[in-house]
Amino acid sequence: MKEFVEGSHAIAEIITKTNPGVISAYPITPQTHIVEDLAQMVANGELKSQFVNVESEHSAASVVLGASATGVRVYTATSSQGLFYMQEVVFNIAGMRLPVVMTCANRAISAPINIWNDQQDSISLRDAGWIQIYAEDNQEAVDFHLIAYRLGEDKRVMLPVMVCMDGFILTHGMETVDMPEQDKVNKFLPAYKPLYKLDPANPISMGLLADPDYYMETRFAIQETMKQSIEYLSEISAEFKSVFGRDYKDLLVEEYQTKDAEKVIVAMGSVCGTIKEVIDEQRSKGKKVGLLRIISYRPFPYARVYEALKDVPKVAVLDKAVSLGAYAPIAVEIKAAFYGKKKGPKVISSFVAGLGGRDITLESIGEVLRRLSTKEVNSDFIDLKPELLKEEYGE
Amino acid sequence: MENSLLFRPGHTACAGCGQAIAARLVVEASGANTVIANSTGCLEVFTTKYPDTAWGVPWIHSLFENSAAVASGVEAALKYLGKKDSINVIAQGGDGGTGDIGLQALSGMLERGHDILYVCYDNEAYMNTGVQRSGLTPFDTNTTTSPQGVQSSGNIRPKKPVPEICAAHGIPYVATASTGFPQDITRKVKKALSIKGPKYIQIHVPCPLGWRYETEQMIAVAKLAVETGLYPLFEFENGVIANRKQITPKPVEEYLKTQGRFKHLLGNPEEVKKIQAVADSNILKYNLKAA
Ligand SMILES: Cc1ncc(C[n+]2csc(CCOP(=O)(O)OP(=O)(O)O)c2C)c(N)n1
Ligand SMILES: [Mg+2]
Repeated sequence: MKEFVEGSHAIAEIITKTNPGVISAYPITPQTHIVEDLAQMVANGELKSQFVNVESEHSAASVVLGASATGVRVYTATSSQGLFYMQEVVFNIAGMRLPVVMTCANRAISAPINIWNDQQDSISLRDAGWIQIYAEDNQEAVDFHLIAYRLGEDKRVMLPVMVCMDGFILTHGMETVDMPEQDKVNKFLPAYKPLYKLDPANPISMGLLADPDYYMETRFAIQETMKQSIEYLSEISAEFKSVFGRDYKDLLVEEYQTKDAEKVIVAMGSVCGTIKEVIDEQRSKGKKVGLLRIISYRPFPYARVYEALKDVPKVAVLDKAVSLGAYAPIAVEIKAAFYGKKKGPKVISSFVAGLGGRDITLESIGEVLRRLSTKEVNSDFIDLKPELLKEEYGE
Repeated sequence: MENSLLFRPGHTACAGCGQAIAARLVVEASGANTVIANSTGCLEVFTTKYPDTAWGVPWIHSLFENSAAVASGVEAALKYLGKKDSINVIAQGGDGGTGDIGLQALSGMLERGHDILYVCYDNEAYMNTGVQRSGLTPFDTNTTTSPQGVQSSGNIRPKKPVPEICAAHGIPYVATASTGFPQDITRKVKKALSIKGPKYIQIHVPCPLGWRYETEQMIAVAKLAVETGLYPLFEFENGVIANRKQITPKPVEEYLKTQGRFKHLLGNPEEVKKIQAVADSNILKYNLKAA
């Protein structure tokens, strides 16, 4: 059913349709509207979940950890400082193979404190053992939550999934969303049946100490599952299409005008909407440009990236995060996909844009394409203000 | 004693560990229909080294400071499943995991009114990491981070009053207990579990490595802490004191001389006087003196 709704409200609605047993979260902008709406739905009796109002994100993550271990479906959401505050638990949830689903309303990291969008928060937790998928618009954000539960709770996977959506741009944006109907949700997403749970009828111990004789295999097992999840994403995407009609292909990447392209931008999240506009405009002028949108950041689809870009001469990777003192995060992956390979772009340049909510305009994307020349650049910042830099350096 | 099915032998606790005995008493008093969330610390490490476990009830360990929150999630899930009324949920940890790094999570659990019993095993320092001081380390105690030296006679602050902090939340039941009085532990756990809502029990558990006593003296040492007034045993109901164990107070030296962590005080009457003052103030505050 088509609805014109705020992104956060759409997420709350779809979460309601997945019937979580326990929801726990702590307020932080721009995630707040999601949990406020869920609290209201519980108050209205539309949602039977236990809603646990905690004193911190560390406890929000711990509550859903405990509830998931007890065998029920769970949900949490956070942003930025909140995600960092729960980081210890985030790693713990993955290590314990609990299929928690979390929305990350992407926001910049302090200091300086800044509530606006970039992707530094979730990207900084890339090594936690969570599957991370990034939505371009609110339709995807809604659909990806269903896919997240379906994938994470799959017996072959049993990993937590983070659905990342750009703060404000998506969370506070009004868009038309085709809201999945309850009967279709039930068809696509069966009730959660845990492999193991805390139950006096069959007492088990969870979270044991693993010494050097045992620890490494637990990490290896997650790594293997991550690799296999590349296949499962395609499989689940096909089932999603058969129930809902929307086609996300392999759910790993989206190729937009890449086939004959001479220049391709690689990016992730809502900025891809802007990039597509620029590409349409430039294509109409006969310029061969394209976009490769990363949907699944963890697991990272190296083989798909290779296939998509192997014949493209010049690639610009646009990151909305930095790894201070090193190459930008997505750029590192794209370069790694081509190291030691026969084919590949002559140039893979890396650009950083949109930090702390600075607008990435059509002009910003034009600038990226202009700077994408035969001379490779690394972590080249777009839209810097020279007058502020002068102040900073006291020149 | 017969081997327990709920807390099995074969774990790796030190000889003379009070925490192992107290933990066994707690789970046996609670029974098989129990789920436990355990903080990181000695108890977690010595009972669950993969692939072994001492626990005969469902048991989960996540992190150092979050057992109260993990238990909150377990309790919420059991409520959702309609099973809470038949299952006891216990969160447990050491004095550091409870009163220092986990105090916020504990306060949250109490304030939200979960039907959970929190048990703090108070061995008065971070033992698992090698006897560093905690907020519950007593005044003048020699630990690796409050060492005695020419400028110091040990830990500079008195114990953090965690039971009182819990009682101030207005929860239905708070108690202190001691490994020196095992039947009292059992009684208090059973009483706590008969009450709905958040409950807190703090059990004084001697540690042979951290306190440095002869292992066979464990029970005697624990008893002396109570009998000198240094570890008062009391019960709070709905925020007000309801019961205390009355004593005929013994001088604190009798307790201090049993342990290496207080050895530096024995030739120092000035410091012993200060510790006697702590005991005297407890005796007054909780009205401990037997008539
Ligand atoms: C966040 C975090 N900080 C520090 C540690 C290291 N650590 C593990 S157990 C422990 C001390 C435990 O002390 P306590 O809670 O009193 O339990 P005990 O071992 O004395 O029974 C410490 C400091 C940790 N695991 N996690
Ligand atoms: Mg301790």
